[in-house]
Amino acid sequence: MTVAKAMTECLKAEGISTVFGYPGAAICPFYDELYNTDIRHVLVRHEVNGGHAASGYARITGKPAVAIATSGPGALNLITAIATAYMDSVPMVVITGQVNSDQIGRDVFQEADITGSAEPFVKHSYLLKRPEDTAEVFKRAFYIAGSGRRGPVLIDVPFDVQKSEIEFEYPETVDIRSYRPSTLGNGYQIKRAVQAIKGAKQPLICAGGGLFTGNGVSLMRKFAELTDIPVVSTMMGLGAMPSKSPLYFGMLGMHGCLAANTAVNTCDTLILLGARVGDRAIAAMKQRDDMTVVHIDIDPAEIGKNIEAHIPIVGDITLVLGQLLEQLTEPLSHSEWRAKLDTLRVDKPIAPAPEGCVNPKEFIRTLDKFLPEHSVVVADVGQNQIWTAANISLNDGRFLTSGGMGTMGYSVPAAIGAKAADPSAEVVAVCGDGSFQMQSMELATAIQHGINIKVIVMRNNYLGMVRELQEKAYSGRLTAVSLDGSPSFTKLADAYGIENVLVDSPEKTEDAIKRMIASEKPFLIEAVVGDYEKTIL
Amino acid sequence: MKHTISVLVENHAGVLARVAGLFARRGFNIDSLAVGVTDDENVSRITIVADGSDYTLEQIEKQLNKLIDVIKVKTLSPDSMVSRELVLIKVSCTPKQRPEIISICELAQGKISDICANSMTIELSDCKQRLDNFEELLKPYGIKEIVRTGTIAMQKGEQTVRV
Repeated sequence: MTVAKAMTECLKAEGISTVFGYPGAAICPFYDELYNTDIRHVLVRHEVNGGHAASGYARITGKPAVAIATSGPGALNLITAIATAYMDSVPMVVITGQVNSDQIGRDVFQEADITGSAEPFVKHSYLLKRPEDTAEVFKRAFYIAGSGRRGPVLIDVPFDVQKSEIEFEYPETVDIRSYRPSTLGNGYQIKRAVQAIKGAKQPLICAGGGLFTGNGVSLMRKFAELTDIPVVSTMMGLGAMPSKSPLYFGMLGMHGCLAANTAVNTCDTLILLGARVGDRAIAAMKQRDDMTVVHIDIDPAEIGKNIEAHIPIVGDITLVLGQLLEQLTEPLSHSEWRAKLDTLRVDKPIAPAPEGCVNPKEFIRTLDKFLPEHSVVVADVGQNQIWTAANISLNDGRFLTSGGMGTMGYSVPAAIGAKAADPSAEVVAVCGDGSFQMQSMELATAIQHGINIKVIVMRNNYLGMVRELQEKAYSGRLTAVSLDGSPSFTKLADAYGIENVLVDSPEKTEDAIKRMIASEKPFLIEAVVGDYEKTIL
Repeated sequence: MKHTISVLVENHAGVLARVAGLFARRGFNIDSLAVGVTDDENVSRITIVADGSDYTLEQIEKQLNKLIDVIKVKTLSPDSMVSRELVLIKVSCTPKQRPEIISICELAQGKISDICANSMTIELSDCKQRLDNFEELLKPYGIKEIVRTGTIAMQKGEQTVRV
């Protein structure tokens, strides 16, 4: 068979039923074979969004998802999505077309060195030069993307290679001598961690995004409940601990809440679970010597990178939690410490909205009230992200956002991917008027493929977070942050044939949200939020 | 602080670019780099001399290990390794000066690889410090060109860095 056909066979063997992409000349042999399969191809309106959609899909299924683009500009457009997935450890296999192998390096039409240019942002990449390597390369790519610390793997396939004839057999097993991700934690360190946990008076768990990628959520909840240890979360870890749990104290960091940041600064033992604690997460953390840090992560390079670890444990989060639970059989109690933190749970009053606006925090809380428990909320980047992260509750739902890279334009395509992965879940993208205009073309994708996502555009006619920064740190000299000239987003939704409603006063909020959730089709709410609410403390 | 790191990698196209790119984008400083195939033709060895604190060294080792094509990373202890560089020096040399330069070469165990009317090409393999000294000794005669390789190094005694 041809390599192009073999590529589709590889996808089938990996259980891939949906892919996201954008065709072009150099990837046509593969698309021609895709025609013969039952694999659903979701045509996005810009390659980067194919990458983000695959990211949303992968975050929901927990397995590598596939994004496809053609050579040159198509592949280059994917780079931001690849980097976004890399920063958030999202498993993805990216397939790109490449010019004929004998033309590589000659600057021919639509040629770009994509393996070279994406190198800093991929877990690994392949330029498939030898047709007979197809099956092995795909097998390895899926294995690498979906194991260890998850991440994107790129496969670049020249046009002539796609058309070559090969014998095809998909390998059942894979063994890469230079890639053996650790699984079990070191027994000695586990013992030390158990002692530290037993001896701690004010222990604290910091839940990170690794709990989702490593399927450790339910075990973490069990661990926290048995040991009665309060839990705070990074932005990527939101939802790992149910919001309603008495052990949960919110998000830490620069945009975190008082209880979480005080907990981090007063605990005596900090247990980091699948959290790399990036600069935003430790922004509010004080340097101190009287705290024992137990850092559990699949990636040894994250341990000791951003925060000193006294007890480093490299391993799969599920297995390591299992090891800890084997030795921590007796329930512990930290009622005094919990009570202390309970006093810090403050619900800041919400400022009433001026005429013609709704308060964005109030809006998210109303959304939260009516959203079914099994929902996916995808926040974009900027003020909308902080308001959503702080005001949405997650008990059986998921919160997706571009936490590491902070990529604007992530929410709508990622929501499309998430909804394609789990059609039973209500999936809501929340974005600002800045980020929405980086991705509004994807409304067409949702309509074309019947992917019923809900979109909330918070409108304040500004790049709100940059504006805040300029107000605080640049003496209020507002430079290039006005979004004057933006269209009516409800009219834009009309043009796409998407049901919509404008919310410009608090009394319209509830009805609009109820209508949106009741709708079985894509739906858009334009919420006028004004520019009076701030996110930077 | 200087660290000598021996890295075994899969002998594929593009591996060196990955390793070099990693150093560049993470801001690790490379003093020297030498690559060559090992006794196993599928495996190459990259010897890197890098400058940085212990924290940087730890990150270098960990980040190198994350590259899929990297099989093994070992930082060699300065007290228990043999390290060598090779230098080729083309030095001006009139027929009259030849005996002087030949005696310098003999003392330093340098080898005369080429000789012509007014210059000599000398090769010397030794540790970095001794190459520097040798270069100083030849400077007064007029150095026309120098080519130096990166450092290669091996642990002393029975220990090896192998796949």
